[in-house]
Amino acid sequence: MSKHRTIKATVNGIAYERSVEPRLLLSDFLRQTLGLTGTHVGCEHGVCGACTVLIDGDSARACLYFAVQADGRHIETVEGLGTIDDLSPLQQEFREHHALQCGFCTPGMLMTCVDLLKKYPLASDAEIRDGLSGNLCRCTGYEHIVRAVRAAAARRGRKDDG
Amino acid sequence: MADPDVLRPKHIGARVRRVEDPRLLTGQGAFADDRIVPGALHIAFRRSDHAHALISGIDTAAAAAMPGVFAVYTAADLEGLVEPLRATSRMRNYHATPLYPLARGRVRHVGEPVVAVLAEDRYRAEDALDGIAIDYAPLAAVSDPRAALGADAPVLHEEAGTNVLAEREFSRGDIAAELAAAPIRVGGSFRFHRKAPTAIENRACIAEYDRGRRLLTLTSSTQIPGVIRDALADLLDMPGHSVRVVAADVGGGFGGKASLYPEEILVAVLARRLGRAVRWTGDRLEDLATTSHGFDEIIDAELALDRDGTMLALSAEVIGDVGAYSIYPWTAALEPVQVVSFMPGPYRVPTYRGRVRAVATNKAPTGPYRGVGRPIATFVMERLVDMAARRLSLDPAELRRRNLVRPEEFPYRVASGIVWDRSGFGECLERACAAIDYPKLRTDQGKARAAGRLCGVGIASYAELTGIGSRISAAPGMPINTGTETATIRLDSTGAVTGNFGIASHGQGLETTLAQVIADELGARLADIQILQGDSALVAHGTGTYASRSAVLAGGAAVSAARLLKERIIRAASHLLEAAVEDIDAADGRVFVSGTDRSLSFREIARAVYTEIGRLPRDAREELEVTKVYDPFFGTATAATHIAALEIDPQTCKVRLDRYVVAEDCGRVINPMIVDGQVHGAVAQGIGAALTEEIVYDEAGQLLTASLVDYVIPAASEVPPIETIHLDTESPSTLGGFRGMGEGGTIGAPAAVANALADALAPLGAEIFELPMTPERLFRLITEATAQARGD
Repeated sequence: MSKHRTIKATVNGIAYERSVEPRLLLSDFLRQTLGLTGTHVGCEHGVCGACTVLIDGDSARACLYFAVQADGRHIETVEGLGTIDDLSPLQQEFREHHALQCGFCTPGMLMTCVDLLKKYPLASDAEIRDGLSGNLCRCTGYEHIVRAVRAAAARRGRKDDG
Repeated sequence: MADPDVLRPKHIGARVRRVEDPRLLTGQGAFADDRIVPGALHIAFRRSDHAHALISGIDTAAAAAMPGVFAVYTAADLEGLVEPLRATSRMRNYHATPLYPLARGRVRHVGEPVVAVLAEDRYRAEDALDGIAIDYAPLAAVSDPRAALGADAPVLHEEAGTNVLAEREFSRGDIAAELAAAPIRVGGSFRFHRKAPTAIENRACIAEYDRGRRLLTLTSSTQIPGVIRDALADLLDMPGHSVRVVAADVGGGFGGKASLYPEEILVAVLARRLGRAVRWTGDRLEDLATTSHGFDEIIDAELALDRDGTMLALSAEVIGDVGAYSIYPWTAALEPVQVVSFMPGPYRVPTYRGRVRAVATNKAPTGPYRGVGRPIATFVMERLVDMAARRLSLDPAELRRRNLVRPEEFPYRVASGIVWDRSGFGECLERACAAIDYPKLRTDQGKARAAGRLCGVGIASYAELTGIGSRISAAPGMPINTGTETATIRLDSTGAVTGNFGIASHGQGLETTLAQVIADELGARLADIQILQGDSALVAHGTGTYASRSAVLAGGAAVSAARLLKERIIRAASHLLEAAVEDIDAADGRVFVSGTDRSLSFREIARAVYTEIGRLPRDAREELEVTKVYDPFFGTATAATHIAALEIDPQTCKVRLDRYVVAEDCGRVINPMIVDGQVHGAVAQGIGAALTEEIVYDEAGQLLTASLVDYVIPAASEVPPIETIHLDTESPSTLGGFRGMGEGGTIGAPAAVANALADALAPLGAEIFELPMTPERLFRLITEATAQARGD
């Protein structure tokens, strides 16, 4: 197909330089080219939110971006949050409140929540539910996710979590 | 005597955090499409854009010449490589339909795979689809199941000679006489439209073939790795030990991943033939067009009652639109037959006639979807109960109270032949009413109604069979046995415990709950137990996870195997500790002599048995591995009552759910946190089924809801907080005391929401006969009712 382009992008703090087709989706770049399969793909038409990542700090759908649009940008994915042995506070609250079942929507849900927690007061459940409404989950019925976000929002202000 | 405190279960019933979570929260899960195999070929399918047509020619030359394309396959290229799949059954009046991995001469629904392109990546495989030319000779298509019954309707499967793929009738008593004599009769024609299970993970699979070992490994997003292993071994004529099906992490299923699909067969066939890994990653369009759909019935039903509200007779005539093929292994009969077999619900209905026809149409096949038949049965029955209550000027809760099977009547034989064992039918109703403060809810509703608001309260009571054993699973004569489950539990030479099962968790948290069961039965530490599942190689026979079976069957097998293993561990310990077996017990991964400080860790015992030869007499070194098969034979009843309170905005016809309460009896609760989560998620799906979700085909059989914009599943802003009450009123006969509960929420919610909508619209004189009640349908209903009230 069309000629490859070289892009430089920082993903979870690591700088990558790769030659990609202009049509390559950012979601496929992360999963196939970089092997970061934590970012999941659920619809490839921007509705389900499973592929949500942060681009320069703002949540975005990796299935609606081309990899070439990530050139020069900072991408954060679920792999950049806590680790299995050291979960981030948000990940801990998801576990504590049983906010995931099959775990497929979870990476996108987490990245959306990182963005929400950074930008919004999340003072009511209605506000939390509005914030989550762009990420579909078919397992949980959302109530436990709402509780996890509520807890993470409360924890946000406390000193020990910085 | 051992200390009774130690014997008390510590993990069953506790809110144990899930062992699955850390990997899933950090992006370390192993979903089918996460498996990266260098050099794998990607498949893309050219699918039928016709609902019904003969294939008169296929030209793949241009596609084969495109960059990156490795090969192009049609049905003709597969001749001799694989047998067609048939979902057989001993049921009378049933017609199996042959299913080929690629359409052979004829297509019967939009989305049916016709040509497969193998290329070096998915992009190039999809590019090449444009290079394929298929000549179709269109046939008349039938989309409406009523039309498909007509004498002049096109017949989808000529060898069947009819579009009625299955037919069944249940009958008890003289229905005509009872209906004629009854003082109160309510009824109508009900419609429950087609759904898509819509797991967030689309279907995906990759097959790898190790030529040196002749080993075929299929990694697939499936709920039934064991069923697929057995079927592939048959279709490919390979021994079972040479076919392995792995479903490590699966991104939701809900029944949509509980059947064997053409894509899975094709990647397996081609990987074996080519000696290369072959993968397919489905997209959402393919999911909505080809993953088995759910429900889709037309039900003409009538309920007869005495003047005091006593139910006398029920009749139901059901047409199930099963789509183009009879799905493997469940058959086209599964979904619609369950509608009539469960229609009488948890009530005493002395006289019953239920007849069902499973009708083929030019649509994707239907298969199991969460609840299977029972959401429709419950919708119809609970609507009839509410209609009767209104006719009798009785409170809907009171009418249910008068007719629910009473505790002294168990075991109760339903008119369709199902037997309910003891379960808290009445208790669920009372507890749900108490939790939601039903009298106050009615008072508040009265005030809101007086103010002109459209507020409604809806109740739904139901019962389901769960953890079904071999007696009932064998009845339809399907080619598989779903009624047993195997556990192999092992204490290895390091003191670690492993439990192997045939189930396939896809969100249910079974790695956690089965570890809880084993920890208590064995006296092991949770941290020392690992549950292996989702892999056909783990046990001799397995099927998977579906039909609210896994906690009951795998839990029972775990109890049985763990008890035997514990006996062996204690016998070994009695030699090592020089104490009588009766004085020894195990807890927290240690075996101890009660009343003393003498104890050994599981690790120390394992070393003594396996490696420190000489510490035990030769004949005292028993194998510390036990395999047990559990068969609950009948299974058990699970009961629940749902109550929904909602308000309709007359301007937008948007429905806002204000309260939602579920009281359910799932027996002994293994992990209340997980049970809550299952109920919440299932209710959310039921709410979607009631209000928004509908797969729509036009008259020509074209799919009109092929994206998540058109097929609308609930978002966080549309699902209310769901209050759950767990009853544990009666101990079922299952080993461990567990009842299944994974599907129940979806069974009760459509009916509860429908009744609440009907209640909200009661002042307008409108009734609810159809789901989903989308804003458009509500608008029409309200407009018509208002016009009629004005006398237009």
